[in-house]
Amino acid sequence: MAEHHLAQLNIARLRAPIDSPELADFVALLPEINGLAERSPGYVWRLQDESGDATALRPFEPDVIVNLTVWQSVESLRGFVYRTAHLEPMRRRRDWFVPADEAYLVLWWIPAGVLPTIAKAAERLDLLRRTGPSPEAFTLREPYPS
Amino acid sequence: MSLEAIGALRERVRRAVYDFVVARAEPVSRNEVAEAVAIGRTLAAFHLDKLAEAGLLETAYAPRTGGPGAGRPAKLYRRSAAEHAVTLPPRDYRLLADVLASAVERSGVEPAAYAAAREQGAKLAGGAMIPRLAELGYEPFEDPDRTIRLRNCPFDALAQAHPALVCGLNLALLEGLVTDGDVRLDPGPTGCCVAIQSKNKRR
Repeated sequence: MAEHHLAQLNIARLRAPIDSPELADFVALLPEINGLAERSPGYVWRLQDESGDATALRPFEPDVIVNLTVWQSVESLRGFVYRTAHLEPMRRRRDWFVPADEAYLVLWWIPAGVLPTIAKAAERLDLLRRTGPSPEAFTLREPYPS
Repeated sequence: MSLEAIGALRERVRRAVYDFVVARAEPVSRNEVAEAVAIGRTLAAFHLDKLAEAGLLETAYAPRTGGPGAGRPAKLYRRSAAEHAVTLPPRDYRLLADVLASAVERSGVEPAAYAAAREQGAKLAGGAMIPRLAELGYEPFEDPDRTIRLRNCPFDALAQAHPALVCGLNLALLEGLVTDGDVRLDPGPTGCCVAIQSKNKRR
């Protein structure tokens, strides 16, 4: 069994309220995409509330949603993000989210069996923004091995 | 070095060997190459090894079947993933493409970029679809469901750095290009992320 898993946080600023017509297509895709993640090779865990996703959680700002997940490897995360039906909402993200002027996605290694918290995840994002990619906080473009 | 690699293709038979290997979906053996190109096995091996030395082909070994005494696994050849490009005078469009892709992402103008790609695709249209896609480097083939799949991503390195944007641009380009088919995103583990459903019986 692997000693480490890959934790991932990405945040996105909504163009309009989550229950607005502009966001309707995104909301409609959520159950399918979340289900797809759970069935994808290497998936370990995702943050969700009783509603089945994390879009109600606003730990950063009121219009910023979060996605916090754990995977077995960078390859399995990358495979899900870019080589499945998840690519379509990625292609359309500008319809729903304001472009970011700072890093909005951070990856880091955690001991297998441990789950990340939002607070810890926020620290990693802050580290990435301050110092750029490092073994403690990195990106899909510049990954670091466990 | 890229110029040397491309120079390795100068000789006609070696070029035929290379063209055969890269057109196959799966790695091929020396014997398959010899038969396809109608040359002897020793000559096929010679050319294949020269191409591998030049970095144009990679070698792999077939999975072992049979127990002890079955013989060593077959040596197979496939296209190398390495890119080789020579531009004279020196040109570096990819550098600028990377800068422009980052600018699009930062400013959020993806919709305008996709519209521009669609227009460009329409300008590139002409003639039968499959040959046109082949000319553009997509390496089209029909899968068992008769969906047209594309083996090669012409924008691969840029797509690795900016996947959502480049796949979106590619989809828009092909939407503009393909007039007698439906184009959609349908990525697999390898190859181009787009699949095409032809509307016509004949292509």
